Amino acid sequence: MKHLPAVLCAAILCSYVLISCSPSSRKLPIYGERTPVEKEVDGKQVVDTLYHTIPNFSLLNQDSVMLSQDFFKDKIYVANFFFTHCPSICPTMQRNLLKAYEKYKGNEKIAFLSHSIDFKYDQPSVLKDYANKLGVDNEQWQFVTGSKADVYGLAEKYMVYTKEDANVAGGYDHQGYLVIIDPEKRIRGAYDGTDDEQVKKLLEDLDVILAEYK
Amino acid sequence: MTSRYFLGSISIVITLYCLFSCNMELSVETMQYATNGQKLYVTHCQNCHGNKGEGLGKLYPPLTDVNFLNENRNKLACIVKNGMSGEITVNNIKFNQLMPGVPELTSIDIAYVLTYVTTYFGDSKTHFKKEEIEEYLRNCN
Repeated sequence: MKHLPAVLCAAILCSYVLISCSPSSRKLPIYGERTPVEKEVDGKQVVDTLYHTIPNFSLLNQDSVMLSQDFFKDKIYVANFFFTHCPSICPTMQRNLLKAYEKYKGNEKIAFLSHSIDFKYDQPSVLKDYANKLGVDNEQWQFVTGSKADVYGLAEKYMVYTKEDANVAGGYDHQGYLVIIDPEKRIRGAYDGTDDEQVKKLLEDLDVILAEYK
Repeated sequence: MTSRYFLGSISIVITLYCLFSCNMELSVETMQYATNGQKLYVTHCQNCHGNKGEGLGKLYPPLTDVNFLNENRNKLACIVKNGMSGEITVNNIKFNQLMPGVPELTSIDIAYVLTYVTTYFGDSKTHFKKEEIEEYLRNCN
């Protein structure tokens, strides 16, 4: 019996190592405000949590077809905001998102969504031409345009800053985040699309969240 | 055994010779121009053309087409300063996208950045001189 403390210690250590090393143990955080709601389940009061989610939308895609959340049903997707003749951060951000697209090409669990914030110039035909030239040749990566109110309103829901600003190069100011959305429409990660280290993390985290929704 | 040592020493000599001669190909001044140019490249060019000059898909042309760089050596300054439009062929691929110029770059800045591009991505062994750039800029279309 005098070995008991040592045995206990070893057991705890072993389980700790097992838990922390198993790949399924890591889960991505859920971002945004959360609201506790009380509801009755089988006659008992229970507290549930409502998370920040991306609302449904209706935006025109590169093929002039209306795109909504239906397209992303049961999928994890990565969203960002850009415009086709953006001279600053977009090319780097899109070059990096292209790495993710190429890695997960053909995986039906993952999709990509780029919103144009140039509601004046980026018509579907312009988006189509851009997508082709970028090297996107299937519908897994969608490019959408919409009214200023719709797209800029959505950007807020993705927690990405966007603004029409004549004082910046290209005429629009925005952040280069790549945002992971889970099948429940919750934000699970945001990565600076211009930073190589963060893009590496995005690719790792996509594997983590894929395991969660296997 | 002796032949192995012989071959080994020969390869060491060749490696050292290559290392030495490669460094000697660019003059100190050219190296300085290229180093200054790299900073400007990162600020003004890298977003589109990539950190290795690889370009992006069929949107932005690579800067690694040695023939293009050599044939257009006297036009590069105007492209950097004023931008360009219309169809061009680079590495046998057609590109047709508006490139914005960087008008705020001075002649010496353009000499720096073009020296970086043509020596690191191309096969040039010399740098652009300020006077040379000024001459090119006077003859822009």
